[in-house]
Amino acid sequence: MVNREVVGAHYGLRDWLAQRVTAIVMALYTLLFLVTLIAAPKTDFSSWRLLFAPQWMKLATLVFLVSLYLHAWIGVRNIFMDYIKSSVLRLVLYVLAIAWLVACSGWSVQILWSV
Amino acid sequence: MDKARPMHLNLLQIRLPLPGVISIMHRVSGAALFLALPLLLWWLQQSLLSSDTFTAFEAMFSQWFVKLLMIGLLWGYLHHLCAGIRHLVLDLDVGTELATARLGSWLVLGISLTLTVAAGALLW
Repeated sequence: MVNREVVGAHYGLRDWLAQRVTAIVMALYTLLFLVTLIAAPKTDFSSWRLLFAPQWMKLATLVFLVSLYLHAWIGVRNIFMDYIKSSVLRLVLYVLAIAWLVACSGWSVQILWSV
Repeated sequence: MDKARPMHLNLLQIRLPLPGVISIMHRVSGAALFLALPLLLWWLQQSLLSSDTFTAFEAMFSQWFVKLLMIGLLWGYLHHLCAGIRHLVLDLDVGTELATARLGSWLVLGISLTLTVAAGALLW
């Protein structure tokens, strides 16, 4: 019988797919970012800021960052599942990782919309 | 499953094949990037917030060990990206034979290192 645990991976296929979809989103954004960076006239402060000035660039960057956080969650959860044998400790680490990544999402919005 | 099985987990003696090396590097680079998130977000914030913080960021970035750290993280990102693309290709059942899997691993290592050296030369 399969021993199901609260702190195991419940949704293997869904997470497997999410990891790949977020990976493709991030790869596409990386290309987009490089193209806009190369197209930028200079590398001083004002042109660096100008890069993130358009609303679509802010939104694209936010989609990239949120994809990254979701991708990172699946990744670190897999690492915790592999190496942390204690269920209690694993649960604590899950909660900390989720809280941290949610905090990062808020921070990302603040950074982007400060431009 | 209680049958006693021979175990050989001496990490210093196991000769991991190249795809295995790429695989553990994928995990290590991912973990490193996750741990570096606060630093990377802070850098992004410093560089975007105001011309004062941008200047402070530039001053910090002019130190060699900060540059080295950034290039190291860039290598982590590029390796993770290339190894991830290899994974997606393998998911499509392309290149799963031993020879092509090895070739793909060499490509991941070679391309990510080449891009890192090129970007590192630009940043230095």
